[in-house]
Amino acid sequence: MDFSIYDLTSFDQGIDKCLYENLTPFWATVVEMTLIGLIFLIFYALVALFLIYAERKVCAFMQNRVGPNRVGPYGIFQLIADFIKLMLKEIIPIKNADKFLFNLAPFIVVIASFMAMAAIPFAKGLHAIDFDIGILYVVAVSSMGVIGVLLAGWSSNNKYSLIGAMRSGAMIVSYELSVGLSLLTVVILAGTMQFSAIVEGQANGWFIFKGHLPAVIAFIIYLIAGTAEANRGPFDLAEAESELTAGYHTEYSGIKFALFYMCEYMNMFIVASIAATVFLGGWMPLHISGWEGFNHVMDFIPPFLWYLGKTFALVWVIMWFKWTFPRLRIDQVLTLEWKYLLPINLVNILIMAFIVLMGWHF
Amino acid sequence: MKEDINPPVRNIEEEYHINIGPQHPSTHGVLRLVASLKGETVTSLKPHCGYIHRGIEKMCEKDTYPQVIHLTDRMDYLSAHINNHVVCLLVEKALEVDVPERVQYIRTIMDELTRIASHQLWWGCFGMDMGGQTCLLYGMRDREKILDAFEESCGSRLLHSYYTPGGLMKDIHPNFQKKVKDFIKYFRKKIHDYDCILTGNVIMQERTKGVGILTKEEAIDYGVTGPTGRASGFSCDVRKRYPYGVYDRVGFKEILGTKGDTFERYMMRMLEMRESMNIIEQLIDNIPAGDYTAKMKAVLKLPAGEYYQRVESARGELGVYVVSDGNKSPYRMKFRSPNFSNLSALDHICRGFKIADLIAISGSLDFVIPDIDR
Repeated sequence: MDFSIYDLTSFDQGIDKCLYENLTPFWATVVEMTLIGLIFLIFYALVALFLIYAERKVCAFMQNRVGPNRVGPYGIFQLIADFIKLMLKEIIPIKNADKFLFNLAPFIVVIASFMAMAAIPFAKGLHAIDFDIGILYVVAVSSMGVIGVLLAGWSSNNKYSLIGAMRSGAMIVSYELSVGLSLLTVVILAGTMQFSAIVEGQANGWFIFKGHLPAVIAFIIYLIAGTAEANRGPFDLAEAESELTAGYHTEYSGIKFALFYMCEYMNMFIVASIAATVFLGGWMPLHISGWEGFNHVMDFIPPFLWYLGKTFALVWVIMWFKWTFPRLRIDQVLTLEWKYLLPINLVNILIMAFIVLMGWHF
Repeated sequence: MKEDINPPVRNIEEEYHINIGPQHPSTHGVLRLVASLKGETVTSLKPHCGYIHRGIEKMCEKDTYPQVIHLTDRMDYLSAHINNHVVCLLVEKALEVDVPERVQYIRTIMDELTRIASHQLWWGCFGMDMGGQTCLLYGMRDREKILDAFEESCGSRLLHSYYTPGGLMKDIHPNFQKKVKDFIKYFRKKIHDYDCILTGNVIMQERTKGVGILTKEEAIDYGVTGPTGRASGFSCDVRKRYPYGVYDRVGFKEILGTKGDTFERYMMRMLEMRESMNIIEQLIDNIPAGDYTAKMKAVLKLPAGEYYQRVESARGELGVYVVSDGNKSPYRMKFRSPNFSNLSALDHICRGFKIADLIAISGSLDFVIPDIDR
């Protein structure tokens, strides 16, 4: 089993071969699935913790504050302390709430974001499932989260929660279109829906550069719609702290609240990583044709770091949105989608199709 | 987008009520608003006051006039100096005391600083009501400079009780003038940041323009004063119309709006901060030398009769009405607080708008709840 941080394909194929040689196929599959599940759980928790810390620091610096700085150096253990607090906190039972749905809702939200992560290529060979309809799968699975949000709002017997959930339902259903269509623009350019093939197709230049203006427009629309999908400011109407106290998760406490909280960050991470994969080349290093020396230097940076770097850069942009923009109103959110983003998107797809047809792309 | 909320046949069953407050992030205190909603549209609104009623007016009847001043701080705590001023002016007028020039200059400067500080905090809170949380911290950061200047001279940052009938508690600190000048230099730059982050923002303008319109006639009917009333074109600046302090000797504009929507109310306060800085700049270098207080008797007894005095607080016209029976404490004391009148207009102007607009509108009216209840 040879190991290289630049290409993990042989590494995980080695593990796969080793398991199948030593176990029956049934048990080998079970062990593989458990391993992958465990790795994802740990990765999920770590990324969520890191993102919460990052957001607190980023917003602190934008607001002339220091952010968490008491627990551990630079406050890095603050989140662990918060996490323990949330774990030990009492889960307050709600009167007249639909108990079953109330308890189910946070898990649906978590499962949706957890499933979406499975299709993301983290590095060369580091990819849980490589569907040939990867993009379709991610769009389908990530929109499942809204069911959790709707259930949470409906079942908690609170008018604020209900208003928040209805807003979120209206918004996510609308913005789902823009997410799908802007990804479709790239699918036309790439000629495939498979994530690994999309990333391979960007070896000689990222799609945002290869697809002329339509790709840039699609990227911007995806970022806007993705922010709305992740329920982040300025589209955080479902939470809308100043209007609905905490929106759909007003009545949740303890670990269930923590699940919602974590999901918000994971959704942001997934939105950013899909944007990075589809538009910015995923784990593919930055290559400029003709600059051999430059390309060689870029190749030295491991793919996983490329992926994380791009993703966190986009995460930072999404955080930047939240901490500088005021919140939109529900009718404005829907106007933005149906009157502006959707028509622009449809025209954009046509232009992209035309460019691909004529072979004008790079 | 204003919706027609009175269709010919009104279906009551579609309506539901939500309680906004007494504990809610955007009522800025313990105000309770019972909103009737149809979907997300507000059909009517009932404010319930009294959650922070402390009986200040009744307590005043037991206290001597210098003691009353300490209670006025607690009404509109964001314009504490101005609240003190109104009682001092009333007592001085009743006793016909000549207040030294120096005192009048310092009081005017302090009032204007208070106004800026109050508007800064309002700006931050308004930004937060709109969902832009960074604004609050910016507003707080700049307000801190004024509070530091207050702290040196008055010894406290929020509830100063710095004015006494006839003068001031103490003379200003030697650093005061320098600090105020530094602050103005600093804030002229920072107010530009305010415009960059909130005023010019497309989302903010879309959300506030044409929302919550209060016409001039309605403003007069409801007795809405201050920046809120002036946004509707109601010329109600007490500083201009019934000058006190040294306002008659400084040049400043009374800023008037025309549309009376939320954005106009917002702009009134942004422009007023600039105007207040102009006033302070005219006065800060010209504070005359002299005593910081006039010679007053140990026990102040107002001649029997009725007295009224008004000043322009950061929120509007603050009036105080006193009936004296010649004793050392007032027989009856009544405050006409600007917030109470402004609150009365809220139901009228928010009908037909969304909940999000209701929050923006109530933010733009700039409530301080203890001033409503007293």
